[in-house]
This record gives sequence, structure tokens and C-alpha cells, in this order.
Amino acid sequence: MTCTLAGCALLSGRRPSRESRLLRKDAQMAEKDTDLQKIKELIEIMKENDLVEIEIKHDDDKIFLKRSGGQQPIVTTAPTAGLQSGAVTLEQARPAPIATGSLSPQQQEELVDIKSPIVGTFYATPSPDSEPYVEIGSQVNPQTVVCIIEAMKVMNEIKAEASGTIAEILVTNGQAVEYGQVLFRVRPD
Amino acid sequence: MFSRILIANRGEIALRIIRACYELDIASVAVYSEADKDAPYLQLADEAICIGPAEAAESYLNIPRIISAAEIADVEAIHPGYGFLAENINFARICRDCGITFIGPPVEAMQLLGDKVEARKLASKAKVKVVPGSDGTVENVDEALKLANEIGYPVMIKASAGGGGRGMRVAHNDISFRSAFGAAQAEAKAAFGDGNVYLEKCLLEPRHIEVQVLADNDGNAVHFFERDCTIQRRHQKMIEESPCPVLDERDREELCTAALRIIKEAKYVNAATIEFLLDKDKKFYFIEANTRIQVEHPVTEMVTGHDLIKWQIKIAAGRKIKLKQRNIKHSGVAIECRINAEDPKKNFASSPGTIERLILPGGPGVRVDTHVHQGWTVSTKYDSMIAKLIVHQRTRTEAIETMKRALAEFVIEPIKTTIPACLDIISHNLFAKSKIDTGFVERNF
Repeated sequence: MTCTLAGCALLSGRRPSRESRLLRKDAQMAEKDTDLQKIKELIEIMKENDLVEIEIKHDDDKIFLKRSGGQQPIVTTAPTAGLQSGAVTLEQARPAPIATGSLSPQQQEELVDIKSPIVGTFYATPSPDSEPYVEIGSQVNPQTVVCIIEAMKVMNEIKAEASGTIAEILVTNGQAVEYGQVLFRVRPD
Repeated sequence: MFSRILIANRGEIALRIIRACYELDIASVAVYSEADKDAPYLQLADEAICIGPAEAAESYLNIPRIISAAEIADVEAIHPGYGFLAENINFARICRDCGITFIGPPVEAMQLLGDKVEARKLASKAKVKVVPGSDGTVENVDEALKLANEIGYPVMIKASAGGGGRGMRVAHNDISFRSAFGAAQAEAKAAFGDGNVYLEKCLLEPRHIEVQVLADNDGNAVHFFERDCTIQRRHQKMIEESPCPVLDERDREELCTAALRIIKEAKYVNAATIEFLLDKDKKFYFIEANTRIQVEHPVTEMVTGHDLIKWQIKIAAGRKIKLKQRNIKHSGVAIECRINAEDPKKNFASSPGTIERLILPGGPGVRVDTHVHQGWTVSTKYDSMIAKLIVHQRTRTEAIETMKRALAEFVIEPIKTTIPACLDIISHNLFAKSKIDTGFVERNF
């Protein structure tokens, strides 16, 4: 299971055995040149598609690239970027906000977080075939149900407890969430 | 064997279990409250899931949140550690109903031995002497008063749902008995949700000796000898050692086999500790059974060379004990000091705060089990134990010398800790001669 929890270093799958970690280290040394090439390619992809953030995970390796509107992309890798083509899972490729315009730093600070009050699985829609409870731009008041978090087979309706418009949605349908995890950000009225 | 285990605990015991999982090649999933979010041991687990705010009731004691975490992390088993939900029958039952293995005893055995009154009855059935006392719970104060006079003062009033040295009151005469009885019932109700109490004779100057036992699903049971936990303050253990310095081999054999009889009678599975009081004539009496791993388990690990946490996990995974009792040996002497964030000069008032300087002791024969690091903030939300310092040497004299050295090396500043108190006790000539009883600390320090 590849599980991504924003804001928490949750690694996917089993920790590889010591032997395979050593083998990987040798292989990684040889791949350093190819990695650099791949990072350059990723940067180009981001520019072409106007992406702001990309995070790529492969077993224990992670690469996170962040681009702040027009400037040089910021690259963070942990621990080494052993990227193999074909076996990469692209997650959280966040596009730069369009229609509503980019959020300036000042606007970012005014947003109110809707955090998960429990541990469970996030669902954006009341049932598999329905429309999501809210979308970017949806108007909410404190009693508006914004999502469901399923815990121990109980579907808990989560209320906004804030008034305003949904500015950001930070989780995806079926994602595991922990206590306190930010689900939505609301621009208050 | 399990491939994934969730640890429903925090601090040093969570780290201890993570370490066992690592060596068994099992993925560990840690849970944490917001107060523990920066704990470095979380990085040693394969996954870490935030389950709530600092309050234990909202996090480490919150069964729905822990089970949810177990579900989203897709674990096969949960290790409850000690304290928190480790002896919670409801939690064990819910794990079973959710198809998650609870690393501990079956619900029925936990229920039987967890109720102090039922455990006494079971011990008698297993032909183990219990501390003289009431036959069951006593509800009525007048009836209790009559019984107290039959038993003979001083009398201890204990909560049936209690344990761990809590929910106990002593009465020395009829006058103090009336108030103590009511107070004990109220305290029991508040602390354990069950106001039932029973009576026990207060043994004079007893020693507290406990036996570590282990049983598998097939009914095979072995013991790993005893621990002497006589050094206590207000019924909380401060220093533990193995073997008990005043037991000869025959006494030891009798004590340990008595513990095994109790375990077998209860059809117990996994690790447990059977606690006894030893009177001045070296007669032992059963007091209670702890259906979990104990804080002081490292003492037994050092003298026997067995990893008790790994044993717990293996038994829960269905492994049988192929070990023969005669092949379990004890070697040397091990002593453990519990280091708490408390100020001995202020009547052991808790001393929370940030640890700005930490230097751990080391060298031959020293083991430190701790989750704290330099920069760690000790909060008031959880119990005050921050480290366990264990030493192991061939003889008791050498073990005491090593413990003195290790305590002298151990630096935790600027918060106050019980390190100086432990040093005072270890250096006391009565401790060296082991002429002690459970009242020793309160009389001399």
C-alpha cells in the first residue's frame, strides 16, 4: 500500500532488509549521474506544465521539488534519489492555481484549517457515485458537511466549523488520515 | 510471524518494542499524541500515526483512535506495552473482535487474574498461600470492621480493580478503619470505575518478590526466576534486582513453581508476573498477578539472557515454548534504578521541563532504556519515569559498585531527577546487606 499523509513522514510498504539496503547503496552510487539527468527532466516537465510541486516516492526514496512562481525550482531529496524509470509513482502533482489566481503569502496566512478530529480514511463524496461534498470555491458555514472520515466501519460526517470558501483541498479520496491532519483550507468571509 | 505490529504506547517501552520488532524483521507502527510529535523514537518505527492531543484519554487511552490507526496501517497485531490499555479487558476484547492479535493473554485469563479478588481465589485453588484476608469483596463497613478484627490490625483495604500499588489504604485500629474504608471505596470508584474493596492483613516488614512467567497456547509454561522489588516509596517501585539476595535455591524453587501453578490454573498465555510478599520467616504469600510485561523486565533479561519482548511477540504469533525449564539459568546479579523527573528534596514533587544537558552512563555492565534526548521536554501529562538504568555484574557487590559509578556518570540537567535518591539508597549499608523491607525507603529517606 502506498500511503501518503501530507505533513507526516509515513513511508510506504515494508522496510527493506539490511542486505537489500546495502545492495541498493552500491547501485545508487552508480546511478548518481542518471539521477541528475532525471531531476533536470522533472524540472522541465514542471515548467512546461506549470506545476508548483511534485513529490515522487519509490520504496524508501523520495524526491520533492517545489517551484515558487517563476523562480528556480527548490529541490530536496531524502535520502538518495534512486529513481528508476517506469517504477515511479507520481503523487501530489499540484498544479499552480488557475481560475482563482495564485494565493499570495498574505492570503495564505489568512486561511483557516479544517483538521481531522479522528484517525481514519477520508472520503470526499457521500457515496462512490455522488458528487463531492465540497470543491474549491464552495461556500461553507460551520454546519456544512465537508467530507466523511471512516473509522472502524463508522462513516463520520465532518463539519466545516468555519465560514467562508474552500480555498484548498489537501487530501484525496480514500487517503488515510491521522488526528490533526489538515484536510481543507477555508478563506474566511 | 507477524509482518506488521502497532505499538499502543509511548516513551521508553514503545522504543523497547520497536527495537524488538526491528530485530525480528517486523514492521513497527508507532502512535503518538501531539505532545510526543517530536520524539526521535518515532523515526525508528516504520510508520508513525498521530492519534490525538496530549491528554491520555484522547490519545493513548482512546480505543477507537488506536483501532482506527491499526486499521489504516493494516497491522496484524498490537503490543500494548505496560500501563495505558495493557490490562484493559475491553481493549483486548475489541482487538480480538476486529481480528487484530492482542500481544498478551486471552481475554478470559486477563479477566480472571486481573480481578484481585478472583486472583486470590485462584491462587488458593492452585494451593498457593495468599495473604490472610477477606474471602471476597466487602461492601458493608460494619461487616468489614468485624472482619478486620478477626484478621488482626494493621489491615490493608484494597481495590479489587486496582493494582500497581494504587487504591490501597492501611488502617491500624477501629477508628481509622471507618474513614479509611469509605475513602478507599471512593478512591477505587474514581480511579478504576469499580468501588469494590477487599481486606488483607498488613504483613510486618515484608519483602516484595515477584516471579516472571511465560506460557504458550499449548499450556507450556516456564519461569525466568524472581525479582526483588522491595525498594519502594508509597508502593511505587524504585529499585529492582535479580536474584533475590535472601532466597536459597530451595526457597526459589518453591516460589517459582508456585507461580507456575497459578499460571496453569488460569490457563494463561504470554508473559505475566506473579507478585508475592515474603515475611520475616521467609514464608511467601501471593498478593497479585500482573497480566502484562513489567517496567522492570530488563533485570530478568540481563540475568537470564532472554529477550522477553521478543518472547511476547513470538508467543502471540503462535510459537511454542520448546525451552526446557532446566535450560533457563540465571547468571550474575542485575539491578535496575528507575529514574523519574521528580525532586527528592521536595518530597519527590514532579519536576517537568526541558532537558538541556543529557549524558548517559556507559561502560561495562551498563544498560540504559530511555526515550529522552537532549532537548526533550518532560511534560506533566504522562508519568514521570524518564529512564531505566540497569547494571549487570557477576556478583552483587560488583553490581552495586557499577550502579554507583553509572549513577554518578548520569547527567540530566537542569530538571531534578531521582538520581541522587537512587545513589543514596544504593550506598546505604542496609541495602548492601539487603536488610530491607518495603518500609525501608520511607523510614530512612
